[in-house]
Amino acid sequence: MDMKVAKKLGLKERYSLMTRDLAWDTTFQKMADVFPQTTYEGIKIHDWDKWEDPFRLTMDAYWKYQSEKERKLYAILDGFNQNNGHLSVTDARYINVLKLFLGSTPPLELMAARGFSMMGRQMNGAGPRVACQMQAVDEYRHFQTQIHSISNYNKYYNGMDEFAHQQSRMWYLSDGKSFFDDAITAGPFEFMVAIGFAFEYVLTNILFVPFISGAAYNGDMAAMTVGFSAQSDEARHMTLGLECIKFMLEQDPDNLPIVQRWIDKWTWRGTRKLASVGMMMDYMLPKRIMSFKEAWEMYVEDNGGALFKDLARYGITIPKCFAQTVEEKEHVSHQSWIGFYMKPGATPFHTWIPTPDEMDWLSEKYPNTFDRYYRPVLEYLDAQEKAGNRYNNKTQPMNCQVCVSTMKFNEPGDSMEMCFRESVYRGEKFHTCSDHCKEIFDNEPEKYVQTFISSHQALQGNCEPDGVDVDAPDYRPGARMLDYWRLDERATGDFNGSDDQKNFAVWREQATKN
Amino acid sequence: MSNAFIAFQKNDESRCIVEAILDDNPGAMVDDQPSMVKIDVPHRLVIKRETVEEKMGRSFDLQELQLHLITISGHLDETDDEFTLSWNA
Amino acid sequence: MAIDLRTVSITPLRQTFGHLARRMGADKPASRYIEATMDLQPVENYHYRPTWAPQYDIFDTARTRIAMGDWYALKDPRQYYYGAWTLARGRMQEIAEGDFDLVDELGLAAAYPAAGRSAALKVFLPLRHVAWGSNLNKAYVSSYGYGIAISQAACYASMDQLGVAQYVTRLGMAFDDLDALVEAKTAWLNGAEWQELRRYVEDLMLEKDWYEVLVAQDFALEGLLYPLLYERYNERLNAAYGPVFSMLTRFQREWFGETTKWMDSVLKATAADNAGNKARLAAWIKHWRERAVLALKPVAVLAFGSDADAVMDELVLNLNARAAKAGIAL
Repeated sequence: MDMKVAKKLGLKERYSLMTRDLAWDTTFQKMADVFPQTTYEGIKIHDWDKWEDPFRLTMDAYWKYQSEKERKLYAILDGFNQNNGHLSVTDARYINVLKLFLGSTPPLELMAARGFSMMGRQMNGAGPRVACQMQAVDEYRHFQTQIHSISNYNKYYNGMDEFAHQQSRMWYLSDGKSFFDDAITAGPFEFMVAIGFAFEYVLTNILFVPFISGAAYNGDMAAMTVGFSAQSDEARHMTLGLECIKFMLEQDPDNLPIVQRWIDKWTWRGTRKLASVGMMMDYMLPKRIMSFKEAWEMYVEDNGGALFKDLARYGITIPKCFAQTVEEKEHVSHQSWIGFYMKPGATPFHTWIPTPDEMDWLSEKYPNTFDRYYRPVLEYLDAQEKAGNRYNNKTQPMNCQVCVSTMKFNEPGDSMEMCFRESVYRGEKFHTCSDHCKEIFDNEPEKYVQTFISSHQALQGNCEPDGVDVDAPDYRPGARMLDYWRLDERATGDFNGSDDQKNFAVWREQATKN
Repeated sequence: MSNAFIAFQKNDESRCIVEAILDDNPGAMVDDQPSMVKIDVPHRLVIKRETVEEKMGRSFDLQELQLHLITISGHLDETDDEFTLSWNA
Repeated sequence: MAIDLRTVSITPLRQTFGHLARRMGADKPASRYIEATMDLQPVENYHYRPTWAPQYDIFDTARTRIAMGDWYALKDPRQYYYGAWTLARGRMQEIAEGDFDLVDELGLAAAYPAAGRSAALKVFLPLRHVAWGSNLNKAYVSSYGYGIAISQAACYASMDQLGVAQYVTRLGMAFDDLDALVEAKTAWLNGAEWQELRRYVEDLMLEKDWYEVLVAQDFALEGLLYPLLYERYNERLNAAYGPVFSMLTRFQREWFGETTKWMDSVLKATAADNAGNKARLAAWIKHWRERAVLALKPVAVLAFGSDADAVMDELVLNLNARAAKAGIAL
């Protein structure tokens, strides 16, 4: 061969030299000891080299493109911050989206970073290892740019300053934490199905695309830039998830039932995790692009439908929960928002009753459910609020043992009935929110009995700030909950009358008038 | 038949890419949204390097798509000349 | 939505996040590195135990025998959060690209004296596999290390090593096409000169204490290998034949110079925390330094012939001096 041949290598051959050819089968140590985690889940792999990473990005190209993205992103962030960009958002209610986002998303991106690092260590094959490592380092990018973009908002608005402390303590963040804790404590293949496939491929579009487009529509250049820039990595991540599924299914027919069970489980867990995204789209964005229901149809039903139709050739069937998610898309955003509205003292973001215009928009977007079930509740709550009798549920919520959501979803087929399920394990009763969560529990009870449910833990004296003596005679569990959460009371309750509302009005006045 | 799709941030480069897609994919549907553009094509969507180069008036590496991508749907195959998204069913 | 915002001065309600104000002891603006790093990893209320290691929590300080009062004392003096890291590597990548282009355009590889080329490729090309092993071992540190300060720096270093493995591959392609890469892989797998080094890298793949992996891989092995081959051997080639290999391994030298600052600072902070750490680090360094010398000696002979011992001795002294500066008496 002469020099020219090397230069003419196509992308595929070149990439193979840059990854697979670097690897070797260890001989001083057994391969099974070097990669000890990839057999215990029962997935059978015969040829790791069959894994293809279609993006074939080498590090030099990675650095070239990623540094270009970062340069642009931070230039826009700096400009936005220098020009008081926070005052250009539609109205100050919008900022509550960022509070919810900061508490719920960067901590999970961080878990994705750590989880994909583990995959980047544990996967036997060179191809998947490199792709997982690249995703890991991208996930560092995501949580860091998200924190950086919201950092400036934190200087001016309440409720964002304790997100790092609250990530493991706040009751409503527990669903997301349990989602990632569940995935990262599973074996590597299940992690890949959970995060790489169900979350990244089937579900993240519904979080990011409408969120970012919504941020843009509401004048938040910082969140838009960060969001879109993160999404540009997402296509690679989605591809990794899909390739992983195909790889497992092509390697051995025995893998099918295991993979199917994981797809069923994680599509449902992801759906529950995303209920709060629905309320963000339908209730928290002052200017709305599309309803949660429409987004669900576009990104989950159509796109997910295409995917599952395609995977049918391997024997994969559409996730069991699909029909229920289709029914619930007309309900969950309303149930979530009303649920949060009813706990005004327990979140670091504000809630409000939608304006009459906004209610009309909801009626139009949800012709089957809004006027019938949710408008009457919201109008009742509004009237009570105006009469000085603002609803405030101070009781501990009941949570699902699997998804940790508060029990608030309705019985399938009966919108007036709350759904509860129950399993008994070693003589103890455990509650779940749905058939699908119950099935997940029943498959692995030894795992889900461990779930950290803050309403239970608080009563057991496990959620106290430092210095509280739980054995003292006058000890009352949960009395110091706000301190345990470090919840700033200025950040709680109604948007109307809040510091955020007043400050925004004053500052915008200063910034737009002479 | 399922749609393959791709979405880009709106900017001058992605405008050229979208034009190239429309030229090379009869039946492509464009959906304009705030700051982003999504293109759906039944079954198979292809981006050809040559066409993008024509639109941009410069040489183009398909890996540069990564700078503007927001999301994709379909199985991906990438060579030096073509970036393809497709569904088998 | 275009409103014209005048630049007005608004007094912020706070300067930074609560966890950072407590850490810094004051409510003052924090750097992007601090914001992206400090106190972010969950430390409590984990839901489940790992099915792959039920004896541990998801993140667990017991995964190393090193103890720290504050795991974020292991911060990075380069202040690399993702953006800073990738911009730095983007610049290095651009320079490397220029070097490879120049060598190609001017035909410098083809014009390189045949004797020098053959000797140099025998030394350099197997290093792509060493870097690949380093990538894996650093991935272990980033996976199971405690706190984001160490996990992110190890993650970036792991990706850097993938980059190194790929640059060495490109070096092979620039010089001698694909046959040399095949020969180098055979040498890595079977050649007598490389087996102790391969054993070292493979043994580390089983080591469970992540901090020990860091010491063995980053400090002991790379602390000797990089100056030995990417610095000293290049100087020798430059003097004998010309600087082409030196150009095409610039990334590695720059990487090592920069990463050394991080490594030494992390060791120093660890040793400073308590006497147990100091003793533990000293024991690890001595153990892995001896093994690294043993592993590198045959490669040093390949590169330096009869001068190998002298070069190695000097590099061991340098490594000892780095440890001493970090407060670790060997």
